[in-house]
Amino acid sequence: MDFAYPVLSSLIVFPLVAALGLLLVRGDALVRKVTMVALIIEIVLALPLTAYHFNADFQFVERLSWVPQWGLEYHLAVDGISILMVWLTLFTMPLAVLCSWTGISKRLKEFHVCLLIMTAACIGVFTAMDLVLFYVFWEAMLIPMYLLIAVWGGDDRRYASIKFFLYTLTGSTLLLVAIVAFRIAGGTFSIPDLMTQTFGFRFQCLCFLAMALAFAIKVPMFPFHTWLPAAHVQAPAAGSVILAAILLKMGTYGFLRFCLPLTPAAAEYFAPMMIAVSVASILYGGVVALGQTDIKKLVAYSSVGHMGFVTLGIFLFNQRGVEGALFQMLNHGVITGGLFMMIGTVYERSHSRDIQKNLGLGKYMPAFMFFWGLFSLASFGFPGTNGFVGEILVFVGAFNHSLLVGALLVPGALLSAAYMFRVGLKMAWGQPSSAKSWSDLCLREWLFLAGPAVMVFYIGLAPGLFFQMITPSVDKLLADYDTRRGAVVDAAPVQTPAPAATGTEKN
Amino acid sequence: MSAPIESASLLLPLAVTGVAPFASWLTRHNENNREAGSFVAAGLTFLVMLSFVPGILEGHVYSYTLFTILPGITVTFGLDGLGMIFGLIAPLLWGMATSYNIGYMRGLQEHAQTRYYFCFAVAIFGAVGVAFSANVFTLYLFYEVITVFTYPLVAHHQDAEGFAGARKYLVYLMGTSKLFLLPAMVLTYVLCGTLEMNLGSVLSGMFPADVVAAHPNLVRLVYALYICGLAKAALMPFHNWLPSAMVAPTPVSALLHAVAVVKAGVFSMSRIILSGFGVETMNSLGLGLPTAYVAAFTIVAASLIALTKDDIKARLAYSTVSQLSYVIIGVSLLTPMAVQGGLLHIANHAFAKITLFFGAGAIYVVTHQKKISQMNGLGRKMPWTFGAFGLASLSMIGMPPVCGFVSKWYLVNGTLQAGQIVLLVALLASTALNAGYFVPIFYRAFFKAPVISIDGYKEAPLTMVVPLCFTALMSVVLGFYPQLFQNFIRVFGNY
Repeated sequence: MDFAYPVLSSLIVFPLVAALGLLLVRGDALVRKVTMVALIIEIVLALPLTAYHFNADFQFVERLSWVPQWGLEYHLAVDGISILMVWLTLFTMPLAVLCSWTGISKRLKEFHVCLLIMTAACIGVFTAMDLVLFYVFWEAMLIPMYLLIAVWGGDDRRYASIKFFLYTLTGSTLLLVAIVAFRIAGGTFSIPDLMTQTFGFRFQCLCFLAMALAFAIKVPMFPFHTWLPAAHVQAPAAGSVILAAILLKMGTYGFLRFCLPLTPAAAEYFAPMMIAVSVASILYGGVVALGQTDIKKLVAYSSVGHMGFVTLGIFLFNQRGVEGALFQMLNHGVITGGLFMMIGTVYERSHSRDIQKNLGLGKYMPAFMFFWGLFSLASFGFPGTNGFVGEILVFVGAFNHSLLVGALLVPGALLSAAYMFRVGLKMAWGQPSSAKSWSDLCLREWLFLAGPAVMVFYIGLAPGLFFQMITPSVDKLLADYDTRRGAVVDAAPVQTPAPAATGTEKN
Repeated sequence: MSAPIESASLLLPLAVTGVAPFASWLTRHNENNREAGSFVAAGLTFLVMLSFVPGILEGHVYSYTLFTILPGITVTFGLDGLGMIFGLIAPLLWGMATSYNIGYMRGLQEHAQTRYYFCFAVAIFGAVGVAFSANVFTLYLFYEVITVFTYPLVAHHQDAEGFAGARKYLVYLMGTSKLFLLPAMVLTYVLCGTLEMNLGSVLSGMFPADVVAAHPNLVRLVYALYICGLAKAALMPFHNWLPSAMVAPTPVSALLHAVAVVKAGVFSMSRIILSGFGVETMNSLGLGLPTAYVAAFTIVAASLIALTKDDIKARLAYSTVSQLSYVIIGVSLLTPMAVQGGLLHIANHAFAKITLFFGAGAIYVVTHQKKISQMNGLGRKMPWTFGAFGLASLSMIGMPPVCGFVSKWYLVNGTLQAGQIVLLVALLASTALNAGYFVPIFYRAFFKAPVISIDGYKEAPLTMVVPLCFTALMSVVLGFYPQLFQNFIRVFGNY
C-alpha cells in the first residue's frame, strides 16, 4: 500500500493545521464554513483508506522512532477493530458542525477549534499502536471535550464538566500505571509487540483491572456511569453527538485492543464479572431510561444500556459476540448520534429538553417525527435496521455462551422498546401540542439527518461490507486469545510474583 | 418436492404494496386520487398474485433472496400454497376495505385521513410480506412492521380511550414479540445455524433430526416461545389486545383485526408449526396436542365472553379470538383433515368476519349505535346490511351452504381422525355458542320492535354496502366452491 502521503498521519495533522488556520479567520459565518470545508477535506484525505484489505493485518502502518532512549515510537495503523471507528469519527465530525450551525452563538471560533482538535485526537486514539502515543491522544481528547461542556454547555455545565473530567482522569491515571507496568514487564510500548508476549497471571490481573476501570468509566459501565447523564444533558448538541458517537466507543475499543490481546488470561478470569456488570448496565440503563422526563437524559441512559450490549459481546469471547460488539459500536454511533442531533434540533425550537415541553410534534413536524421514529426503531433493534444486526449478533453470542445470559438480555431488549416508544409516542401525539408555531426541518437539518438515516438501512439490510472488514480481525483476535489464555493459566501458579520476576529480567 | 424456483417476480406484490403508502401520501391533497391509488395498488397486487396461481397449483415453490444479513439470516421471500391463500385474501379484501373506507371515513368526517390511509397501506404491505416470508427473520420483520404501523390506526381518535387501547395493543404485541419471539428466533439460529423454513412441505422443518434428538427440551422451549411470541394469533392468555383494539375506526377493525393483523398471527403460527417445525418434529416432541388444547380452551372461553357483550364490536372481537383458534386447533392436530380445515378457515373466516365488521360499521355510520340491544328493528331499514350480516353469521356458526361449514366439517373430521373427543366437544360447543351470540342480533334486527326511534334511517352509502354484500357473497361462493382455496392447501399440505 503505497500512497503519496502518510494517510493516517495526515488525518491527525490536517485538523490541527486547520485549527491553527481557523485562528486567523474572521467572521462567524466564515469560521463555520472553513471548519466544514476542513472536515470535508479530512474525509477526502481519508479516501485511500477505502483500499483497506479485508484481512487481519495492521494496515497503513507508519512507524517512526520517537524517543529512542525510552523506546517510544510514533506508530500508527488500522485493522478491522479500528477501521470502522475511524470512518465513524470522520463522518460524525462534519455532522456535529452542521448540527451546531445555529445553536452556538458565543466564542464560535474556539468552539470549532475544539472540534478540530477533537477530530485529530479521536483519530489518534483509534490508530495509535504505541501505548504512550495512545495515552497522549487519550488525554488530548479530554481537554476539548471538557471545554465543549464547560464553555458551551447548559446551566449546570460547571458541575457536569468537572464530573466528566474527574471521572475520566481517574480512569486514565490507572491506565497510565498499566502502561508503565507493561513497559517494565514487556520491555516495549509497542502494542503489536506486546500482543505476542505472555505475562504472568497475577500481573495480568492487576493490569487488567487498572485498564478495565479506565475503560469501564469511559464506556460507561454501571456503576461508573454517573458522569454520563450529567455530561450529556449539559453538553451542547455537537458535544453530545461526539460524546455518544465517538468517545464512548473508546472504552470498548480499549477492551478489544488492550484487555483481550494483552491480558487474555485475566480477561478470561474476570469475564463472568464483566458479563454480570454488562447485564447490569443493560437492565439498569433500560429501567432508568424508562423513568426519565428529560429527553436527553433518557437517551443518555439508553446509551448505558446499549453500551452494555457492546461490553457483553466482547466478554462472551465468541465470534458472534465480538462481531456484535463491533457492530453495536458503529450502530450506537449512528443511531445515538442521530438522536442527539434531533434533540438539538427540537431544543432550538422549544428551548427545553423536557418531554412535556415537546409534545404533539407529529402533526406540525412530520419530517422530524419520521426521523425520530426511524432512529427510535433502530435504537431498539427493529428488524431491518442497523440496531437489529448488532443486537441479534450479541444475542446469538449470548445464547451460544449460555442460556442464562441470553435470557437475561431479553428484558433489556424489551426495555429499550418500551422507553423509546414512551418518549416517541408522547412527542408525536402528546396533548396539548407545543409545536403549533414550529417549522419542520430545514434543509440543513435534513442534510445532517439523512446521512445517519441512510446508514440505518444500509447496515441493517446489507452489512456484508462491514463483516468483510471486521471478521478477519475478530477471528484473529479470538484465535490469539484462545491460544494464549491457556498457556498462561497453566504457567500461572509457578511464577507467582510475575511482574517483579519479568521486570528484573528486563532491567 | 422440487427445489424452489428463483424468481425476482416475487418482489412485485411487495413493491406495489410498498409504494402504495407513499403514493397515498403524495396525493394527499386530493382525496379522490389518494383513494384511487389504494384501489389501483390493491388491484395490481391481486392480479400479480393471480399470475402465480398456475405455477403454485403445479406444485412449484418460488423463492427470492433480497438481502443477506448474516449467513442463515436473510430477507428471503418465498411463495407456496399456504402463502398463496393469505397473499390472495389480503389485497382482495384491501380493495373492498378501501371502498368501505371512503364511505366510513368521509361519512364520519374523520381527521388525519392521509395518515390513516398511509398506515393502512403499510399494514397491507406487512401482511403481504408475512405471506411471502420464507424464513423466520423475514416473518419477524414484517410481523413487526404490522405492529408498529397499525398503532396509529388503533390510536386514530387520539382520545384517552384510543390511547389506552392502543397502549395495550402495543404492550401485548411488541412485548410478546420482544420477550418470546426474538429469543425463539435467536435460539433457533443458535441450534440450527439457519432460519430458513421448509416451504412447500409440511413434513420436515428447519430443525435437523439430530438437533431435536440432542436437545428435545430446548426445542420444546423454543416452540413454546414461538407460540407465546405470536400474540397476533390471540391465543389465550395473549388475546386481550384484540378487544382493546376495537377503539379503532371500524374499517380498521374489519380489515386489520379480522384479516391483516390477526391472520398474520395465525398464518405465522401455522407457518412456524408446519414449515418451521414440521409434522415429524411436532409429533416426535409431542407438541401438537397441548397446543390444540389451549386453542380449544380459547375457543370455548372466548365464545362464552362474547355472549356477555352488548357492544357489537366487542362481541365480534371475542368471536374473532374464538375463531382464530379454529385455525390453530386444526394446524396443531397435525392430521391431514384437520390441517386442511384449519388452513381453509384462514380464508373462510376472513370473508365472513370482514362482512360482520363492515356491517357493524355501516350500522354505526347510519345510527351511531354500537349496542346490540339498541338495534331492534333496524333490519327493515337496512336490509342489505343485515342480510349480509346474517349470512356471515351463518358462516361463523358453521351452517351450510356458507363457507364456515366447510372448514368446520374438515375440523370435526380431523378431530375424529385424531381420536380427540374433548376437542370435538369443544368445536361442537362452540357451534352452539356461536349460534347463541349471533342469532339474537339477527332476530332483534328483523323481528323485534324498535327501542329507539329509527325513522329516517336508511341503508348506508353504496361504497359501504357494495363491499359488504360482495364479501358476504364470497362467503357463499366459497361454501359451494371450497376448492378455490383448498387446491392451494392440497399442493402445500398433502402428506
